[in-house]
Amino acid sequence: MHTLNPENFSCPLPITEYETIQLAHGSGGRLSAELVSRFFLPRFGNETLNRLEDQAVVDFPHGRLALTTDSFVVDPLFFPGGDIGDLAINGTVNDVCMSGATPLYLAAAFIIEEGLPMVTLHRILLSMEKAIKAAGVQIVTGDTKVVNRGCCDKLFINTTGVGRVPEGVNISAANLKCGDKIILSGSIADHGMAILTSREGLSFESRVKSDTASLNGLVEKMLQASSSIHAMRDPTRGGLATTLNEFATSSRVGIVLEEGAVPVRPEVRGACEVLGIDPMYVANEGKLVAVVPAEVADRVVAAMRSHPMGREANIIGEVVADNQGLVVMRTALGAQRIVDMPVGEQLPRIC
Amino acid sequence: MKFVDEYRDPALAKRLLDQIRQIVTRPWVIMEICGGHTHAIMKNGLDQLLPAQIELVHGPGCPVCVTPVETIDRAVAIAAKPEVIFTSFGDMLRVPGSASSLFMAKSAGADVRMVYSPLEAVALARQNPAREVVFLAVGFETTAPGNAMALLQAKREVLTNFSLLASHVLVPPAIRALLSSPGNRVQGYLAPGHVCTVMGWQEYEPLAEEFQVPIVVTGFEPVDILAGLLMVLRQLEAGRHEVENQYGRSVSREGNRAAQRVVDEVFAVRDRAWRGIGVLPASGLVIRDQFAPYDAERKFGVETISVRESELCKSGDVLQGLIKPDSCPAFGRECTPEHPLGATMVSGEGACAAYYRYHRNCPTAPHLLRSLAVLA
Repeated sequence: MHTLNPENFSCPLPITEYETIQLAHGSGGRLSAELVSRFFLPRFGNETLNRLEDQAVVDFPHGRLALTTDSFVVDPLFFPGGDIGDLAINGTVNDVCMSGATPLYLAAAFIIEEGLPMVTLHRILLSMEKAIKAAGVQIVTGDTKVVNRGCCDKLFINTTGVGRVPEGVNISAANLKCGDKIILSGSIADHGMAILTSREGLSFESRVKSDTASLNGLVEKMLQASSSIHAMRDPTRGGLATTLNEFATSSRVGIVLEEGAVPVRPEVRGACEVLGIDPMYVANEGKLVAVVPAEVADRVVAAMRSHPMGREANIIGEVVADNQGLVVMRTALGAQRIVDMPVGEQLPRIC
Repeated sequence: MKFVDEYRDPALAKRLLDQIRQIVTRPWVIMEICGGHTHAIMKNGLDQLLPAQIELVHGPGCPVCVTPVETIDRAVAIAAKPEVIFTSFGDMLRVPGSASSLFMAKSAGADVRMVYSPLEAVALARQNPAREVVFLAVGFETTAPGNAMALLQAKREVLTNFSLLASHVLVPPAIRALLSSPGNRVQGYLAPGHVCTVMGWQEYEPLAEEFQVPIVVTGFEPVDILAGLLMVLRQLEAGRHEVENQYGRSVSREGNRAAQRVVDEVFAVRDRAWRGIGVLPASGLVIRDQFAPYDAERKFGVETISVRESELCKSGDVLQGLIKPDSCPAFGRECTPEHPLGATMVSGEGACAAYYRYHRNCPTAPHLLRSLAVLA
């Protein structure tokens, strides 16, 4: 059954004589200006962006700045639970806030393949608008390029983000200490399996949805509970296994995990079993893993559970002195195995 | 998850381990033929939990690992042709040939695509009538019916632009070769559950009788494997040598007759080279002459490609159970999953890859644990 979405009424496709993107939309001429004024500004407009200068000039609070950039090339553009638009906002917001920073401003650059339907672009801009509102950030500058058909695949988006790191917060993959607890904010592998099972060519039906979401609200809660978080990352490409290996290598410590403690949704686990994929290596886009001193672990977990993004937060393991640089899993049967870095490309273009 | 969780139940696994400990009175060497078993044993750390007298030896049952280098070289040569869309399961893409792998061919411009089923390759042939679509059909008896079906489907649709590069191998001739080898130490076998789902276990009965070894058809979850080991050990301790079936929920004595008929229609049994082991009599499947137009080897004229192998790689000894992966001088040094010298380090089911992935840290390495247990 077709469901009516009120947003489709409030944001109709802007009036334009073209149904698809033309090379001239990236020319810098009249069509470029029309694309900006009719499509981009109504979605992202704010005092700074509306000036349409070549750069954004913004006020910045005193302190340390966190800066990140990320390019989004996900295929397909739309997948269960999200699309390239909200992914491009959430991914960069999350990279900024994993330093403990409050994300403030974003820049967005679009590389569009000639012939992209206007309605597709509009749908993506609407979901970006929703994502920036949810994260409480602004897009203050941007760029649009159009390339010949075949020179990129439909649409690539780059977003750059800046934020302010609060005083007294020092979060780094090199900060792990023996005895620290590893906290995971929720179930893993949703995003990667949503992309994989929605790919063309894979005759596989599932109800797996991407977890794409911004995590800055959750991080704020965690920092209120304790400012002594040692390390924090959102385990995207390469999954939880890769992030923990990066932690272990950077800090020259070992990490021990409990097999049963890492949650995987039943439908995600089913898809992983059928396709022979280990969820530990599958991408997430709305989860974080934090390493905190043992004495504040329970407090941080409680704070996380009070936030919608951290309802299933749990301690999944700890930092040890043995096995420097390795992540070891205690299996359900009481044996051990290494959880290694992945080799090769498990799945291209997931974000 | 139903049909999975009950076979991973830690309480049940512990009970089986207790029973194994109770009945074992002396050292035994047991081989799991199948790479799927090797992987499950290493992933769950089962080898660390067994009594020290039981030695598990890893067999040649990883299709990726025993696929001869010339097959990879032929695949690369075919993939390089501009009209070809070359399709394969993901594992085969990274396997090194003499000079290149399919992944390297892809980055050099070849149209190489990973598929999850040979029928996807047939669909590609249907959608791309101007291109030649080739599927790399490797595997044991398990994947042969699917590949045979794909060929028959292409023939029914008269998709003359579809062909198979076939490199199928058979399990029983490999077991015979291992048991006949003068250096054989293996006293009991876990037979591959998936292969036997297709083929049944009848053809293992003469092996058990002739070589007086117990053979137990076994599933792939930890509880399956422990139950299979318990059944082998009961036979060994009692001096019996029969074929038994642990994997009753999937395997019958006759196997899947319909699947066997399809395989027999499309493929004929021939002598075959196994990578690292050599030629074994009547151990492979080739495409029958009447399907020659669907045989990529003949279609593209690549039968005569010659090969070069790494001299450091001891994967042949590993595949025959003569040495453990970490006894190879190249293990973890010249040979890693990033830079594999042999296919056993590439495949998810390869013994070397399983050791590297799960057990390369000394404190939990199985041989060390075992020696500690002996000292204690």
